Amino acid sequence: MATLYIDNTPYPADPAQNVLQNVLALGLDLEYFCWHPALGAVGACRQCAVKAFKDENDTRGKIVMACMTPAADGTRISILHPDAKAFRASVIEGLMLNHPHDCPVCDEGGECHLQDMTLMSGHLARRYRFRKRTFRNQYLGPLLKHEMNRCIQCYRCVRFYQDYAGGRDLHAFHLRNTVYFGREQDGVLDNEFSGNLDEVCPTGVFKDATYGRHYVRKWDLETAPSVCVHCGLGCNISPGERYGTLRRNINRYNPEVNGYFLCDRGRYGYEHANSPARIREPLLRREGKTLPISKKEAVRHLGELLRNGRVIGIGSPRASLEANFALRTAVGPDRFFAGMADMQYRLLSVILDILRNGPARTPSLAEIERADAVFILGEDVTNVTPRMALSLRQSARQSARAAAAKLKIPLWNEIAVRDATHGQPSSPFFIAAPAATRLDEVATETYRAAPDELARLGHAVAHAIDPNASAVRDLSPPLGALAERIARALSGAERPLVVSGMSLHNEAVLHAAANIAWALCREGKKTGLAFAIPESNAVGLGLMGGRPLGEAFQAVGHHEVETVLLLENDLTRRADDATVNAFLDAVPHLVTLDLLHHPTSTRSELVLPVGSYAEATGTLVSGEGRAQRLFKVFIPKGEIQESWRWLRDGMAEAGRKEMEGWRGLDDVIAAMARAIPALAPAGNAAPSAAFRIAGQKLPRESFRFSGRTAIWADESVHEPKPPEDPDSPFAFSMEGYGGLRPASLTPLPWAPGWNSNQQANIKLQTKVGESGPGAHLGLRLIEPPEGKAPPYFGEVPARFMPRADRWLLIPRYHLFGSEELSRYAPTMMELAPAPTLALSPDDAKRLRVGEDDEMEVELEGRTDTLLIRIDTSLPAGLASVSAGMPPFVGVALPAWSRLRPAAGGRMLRMVS
Amino acid sequence: MPTMEKPLTRNIRSDGAALERAAYERAGGYEGLRKALRMTPEAVLDTVRRSGLRGRGGAGFPTGVKWSLVPRGADAPHPKYLVANADEMEPGAFKDRFLLEKDPHQLIEGMIIAAYAIEADVAYIFLRWAYREAKEALSRAIAEAAEHHCLGKDILGSGYSLEMIVHVSAGRYICGEETALLNALEGKRANPRSKPPYPQMVGLWGKPTVVNNVETLCNIPHILKNGPDWFKGLSHTNDSGTKLYGASGKVKRPGLWELPMGTTAREILEEHAGGMRDGLRFRAAIPGGASTEFITEAHLDVRMDFDEIRKAGSRLGTGTMIVLDDRTCPVGLLWNVERFFAQESCGWCTPCWSGLSWVEQILGAMERGEGEEGDLEILREQTKFMAPGNTFCALAPGAMEPLASGLNYFHGDFERHIREKRCPYSPPL
Amino acid sequence: MLSPEEKKEIEAEFPLYPTKQAVCIDALKIVQRHRGWVPDEAVRDVAALLDMAPDELDGIATFYNRIFRRPVGRHVILLCDSVSCWIMGYERMRAHLTERLGIGLGQTTADHRFTFLPNVCLGACDRAPVMMMDEDLHADLTKERIDAILEECQ
Ligand SMILES: Cc1cc2nc3c(=O)[nH]c(=O)nc-3n(C[C@H](O)[C@H](O)[C@H](O)COP(=O)(O)O)c2cc1C
Ligand code: SF4
Ligand code: FES
Repeated sequence: MATLYIDNTPYPADPAQNVLQNVLALGLDLEYFCWHPALGAVGACRQCAVKAFKDENDTRGKIVMACMTPAADGTRISILHPDAKAFRASVIEGLMLNHPHDCPVCDEGGECHLQDMTLMSGHLARRYRFRKRTFRNQYLGPLLKHEMNRCIQCYRCVRFYQDYAGGRDLHAFHLRNTVYFGREQDGVLDNEFSGNLDEVCPTGVFKDATYGRHYVRKWDLETAPSVCVHCGLGCNISPGERYGTLRRNINRYNPEVNGYFLCDRGRYGYEHANSPARIREPLLRREGKTLPISKKEAVRHLGELLRNGRVIGIGSPRASLEANFALRTAVGPDRFFAGMADMQYRLLSVILDILRNGPARTPSLAEIERADAVFILGEDVTNVTPRMALSLRQSARQSARAAAAKLKIPLWNEIAVRDATHGQPSSPFFIAAPAATRLDEVATETYRAAPDELARLGHAVAHAIDPNASAVRDLSPPLGALAERIARALSGAERPLVVSGMSLHNEAVLHAAANIAWALCREGKKTGLAFAIPESNAVGLGLMGGRPLGEAFQAVGHHEVETVLLLENDLTRRADDATVNAFLDAVPHLVTLDLLHHPTSTRSELVLPVGSYAEATGTLVSGEGRAQRLFKVFIPKGEIQESWRWLRDGMAEAGRKEMEGWRGLDDVIAAMARAIPALAPAGNAAPSAAFRIAGQKLPRESFRFSGRTAIWADESVHEPKPPEDPDSPFAFSMEGYGGLRPASLTPLPWAPGWNSNQQANIKLQTKVGESGPGAHLGLRLIEPPEGKAPPYFGEVPARFMPRADRWLLIPRYHLFGSEELSRYAPTMMELAPAPTLALSPDDAKRLRVGEDDEMEVELEGRTDTLLIRIDTSLPAGLASVSAGMPPFVGVALPAWSRLRPAAGGRMLRMVS
Repeated sequence: MPTMEKPLTRNIRSDGAALERAAYERAGGYEGLRKALRMTPEAVLDTVRRSGLRGRGGAGFPTGVKWSLVPRGADAPHPKYLVANADEMEPGAFKDRFLLEKDPHQLIEGMIIAAYAIEADVAYIFLRWAYREAKEALSRAIAEAAEHHCLGKDILGSGYSLEMIVHVSAGRYICGEETALLNALEGKRANPRSKPPYPQMVGLWGKPTVVNNVETLCNIPHILKNGPDWFKGLSHTNDSGTKLYGASGKVKRPGLWELPMGTTAREILEEHAGGMRDGLRFRAAIPGGASTEFITEAHLDVRMDFDEIRKAGSRLGTGTMIVLDDRTCPVGLLWNVERFFAQESCGWCTPCWSGLSWVEQILGAMERGEGEEGDLEILREQTKFMAPGNTFCALAPGAMEPLASGLNYFHGDFERHIREKRCPYSPPL
Repeated sequence: MLSPEEKKEIEAEFPLYPTKQAVCIDALKIVQRHRGWVPDEAVRDVAALLDMAPDELDGIATFYNRIFRRPVGRHVILLCDSVSCWIMGYERMRAHLTERLGIGLGQTTADHRFTFLPNVCLGACDRAPVMMMDEDLHADLTKERIDAILEECQ
């Protein structure tokens, strides 16, 4: 701790940080633009000027930039000194010379950092009387709107996009007062994190284009703290609603998880909740016709089915713990089936086994960022769990940061760190995957091979670290040498990290990853072991347990079942068409609870509409094992309610007592804690419904929320009573505790004078980068056990042998298009690639096909035609197909298939 | 009274062609280098330090002190770099061009000695694109030097090796700022860098780097050859050596002269430049390139060295003065100067990119007769706004020096522009 | 496509710098020497050769003023407009050139013979006003000298 004198008052300060960061952490106000806690200080905007004094006798002082000044012990500064204030007002005046007068029509208005700073500095009237400079805007794709005239040249956009996220197609052009931030040519921004530009830009240059299409002011949104459902990382978000439609997602700060940034799938996936494919009324099929019915009828029908017995339930890796638990309670633990493909469920169980019984710890995203040596084994992190890739990118810079620290450059001095370490190799970073991945850019070495070969490399690495781990037979010398290099790099690091995942559907890869991490643990290294989990509550479902889905299919096939309750699940994504069809044909009564229509829901007898992630309160467990609560943002139109409520009502109707007394979510959580002790801590992931601050609930609406009494006046002139929320401490109104709270309890970050999301967030932290007291950052349910480590996994797969007449089909994930729910987000889906079959150039030559030719893929009795993509990084003998997209949805991969060039495929297309 | 020695320009050929190696050596060239190579690098550095040489790039930083900040010894990072700053883009400055074109070996020798003193491995000459003749002269001279073992491996059998490369800039005034220059050399946008860390510790590609002005480096061979005391003796004042002084504008004989450091502005103006053209009167001068404060008649007897000229409220800068006569509009002149700076702002820090363009537009409006009440106040504010320390580099503060002093000295002219809604000096066309 | 000569010249620069990126400005100038200017397509080709993104390279190219990103005439006239030349009558020279060429600053004659551009101080202030034609400096300009210079480059 250092002492920092601010306007003659001593404050405790962190000397490793700059003055600006300390000032903000102390809760004081100081204007700034170019500084960003994640992007560091570059001293460009000059907005954060303060007066610095040498000592208490120095009366003259000099202007310095707070962001470029270390908070060394005894530093004396003045924020209020007239010179400093005048200077800051001049900076704002300078920034505003060319800024358009378009606040009333600007999407940033009301959450604009430039507006805030202008007010804070006291700049009121424009004295500039000349022509403003104007720019042409660019088309940057469907996700972001570009309005360059608003730019204030703080360089945050390119610093985030290039330096932080590794994007290559957004740059600063030209110079002086006409620096242009854009692309070389109009075109879709290529980076997976481009949407963050909306929040990183302190004014309205980059705006969420989807929000713009159904825009309302920030303060008119109803919001609640929420969690992204588009992969297993559980990034924290604030969705916003108005008039019954979801308007956008923005980042919600969680220092342990996503920090300040989201991926584009997470940001734009929200559109699925507005999809026309939403189920809004209960539907019943009678005599071949499906018709809407009332809620009462639906409950009656469900109760009847439940009463008649022989019911099984199929759970879901994308439904909350509470929904799954309700289903499990309704049907009984023995009749509860995990709704994942058998292979994936098995892999998930292996992962949980590794994490719960082994010594390696699952790191948070924040910890991943700090890893100083990384080995990614068999996972395309960017496309499966995108936000994790952003953290991994930062870890690759650890060596550069260490080098800068050695040169005595403070790490917040981003510009100096970059200049000093330009071209410096990244920290040890190895990627072994079947084909090129986006992170290869930061990798020291990459290795591409078939999944089994990857597992062999992994085992060899583990063996090289600890000879007690299984040896690999007939390892080629170059592979052995690579394994040695990786082993040395990991052993030489302080915070090594092994990353793997289930997207290759290969168990041996997981074993190998575990062996490496465990070998490092035995060496006494604090080792992180992260698995990319593609679905939002897969780990929660795994912890709950359940029988494999295949057994449900069998049971139905054997006519042991009368009714199947299908929870938030599309079976066609879990098994191949033949299996699913056989199942659907054999089920006497199928009840589907879901939010969107899909091939399974349309074949159900009873369909019950449930809330989207923004319309239901519940708990998800992320891939890290972190239980997090998402709170209902709004009450949707129609007869939508949480899955557990449907089940509770049905059970009551059936006269069953198991769910008696389940009035609110806390009751479900309490029952769950009793039934499944492993999940008991999940209840503490967030405050209960009884939580109050100063005796008050927490409002979902801002104190500026407009139209409160008249918002539904077109439907009824009677002012509706705000709905009750028995599940959470949040109120569907603007009344309640209006004071400052940690980000986790703040639906939409706001602090007096600070209206923009990211900067308001900073104000809500006590120490920038950490959340204030009482922060609920979620609760980790998985920690490594004390005591003896389990034995290494033994079996090492045999060498992969390409076959002359067949190709091993492996799945390939896409950022856009592979994940289930975001497939219903139309804007994002404009960017989803067409499903393709990728082949190595050698194989393509052997098959006499080229890029964009058509290929017939024969697999287990079915034949599909796919466009070809030549992937120079893919090894021979493999072919990869787009995962989660037709035609290979639900097909168990990897599988050996025959490939045949489609007759005349190319000709046909040329004609059309 | 020191003798009028002109070490920097003594050998320059009267026909203007570049001095070739043989002639250079005949005149005593490369003796300084030979002497240096027999000394330790530390001793060379000490010689330069004791000579009192101050940087001729404008800021007057003591060269020996600058060099001594470079890490040396067994664990110093390598490669280390030396860069000759031959960007010279400041309006009114034309001294380095002369040295580059006419006596390239002098610079090369100075660079080899400097590089030896800081134990550099590679030397770049960062050359302005417009100096084509200089480029040719330097390329030829580097080849000659290499051929005669003054460059490359094992220079003159000393065991010391140095590579020298000419890098031709793509043109921007900011490239002359030493940290922006580093970015330009690395093939990036030439925004300046944060200081600290200073280039001597963290420079080109993160390695220790010294950037020196061409004229600074040209002094080095002579200091080595003749010793620090000789060098001190060249000057009229405490500031050592000679200086290339110049004058442009409506003087009788615009030009460039090597004179003892500390020569008075009056001597330069009246004796060397021949005084004002007939019918014109001296009004003021910007003494050291466009980014220095005006001096007026009252200051003409001030000695032009780094310290003395401060008494006149100005800076030595490049030592090449721009002379303002009584028939040229000072507001127009300042508009021209500020337009240059506004145009060359790198676009990094707000006061510079926004303030300069505003200043330029106001001055332009005044010249067009569109000046308004309040404009002068804004201009004055802007000069404070862009004061040293307020901006990221010295470009904008430099731009404010002539303006701030001009607002003082030519107050009446500014007021007339606004009051009369026209430029009282026009139409000169 | 870069021509073989362009490529060869660019690659000859590689040994002079520790990174490929450091060659980028020279590379653009090489292209410009061959083609008179740097078209978009060349930015992309050079970027590919130097392992840079075209956006990054263009961001750099547009920073500097010696890289022409639009076509220029066969001869490029750069008239110094900085302070000493301004004092010494730059405006008269500009008016004269405008009249003679029939174009203003920033323009190219219809026959693509001349492009007329303003330029900052050319470092020859003692011989102001000055201009550069292609690579050659012309000092102590008068209307007559300008006429003679234009005459010479038909
Ligand atoms: C905007 C700007 C432009 C500059 N241009 C030049 C230049 O063209 N040549 C030069 O030698 N120094 C120039 N300098 C000064 C350099 O930053 C640096 O101080 C100098 O090269 C150091 O050399 P010296 O110590 O030998 O004087 C410039 C400074 C600034 C702020
Ligand atoms: S990384 Fe995953 S959890 Fe995070 S925003 Fe993206 S899709 Fe959502
Ligand atoms: S925030 Fe400090 S200079 Fe921009």
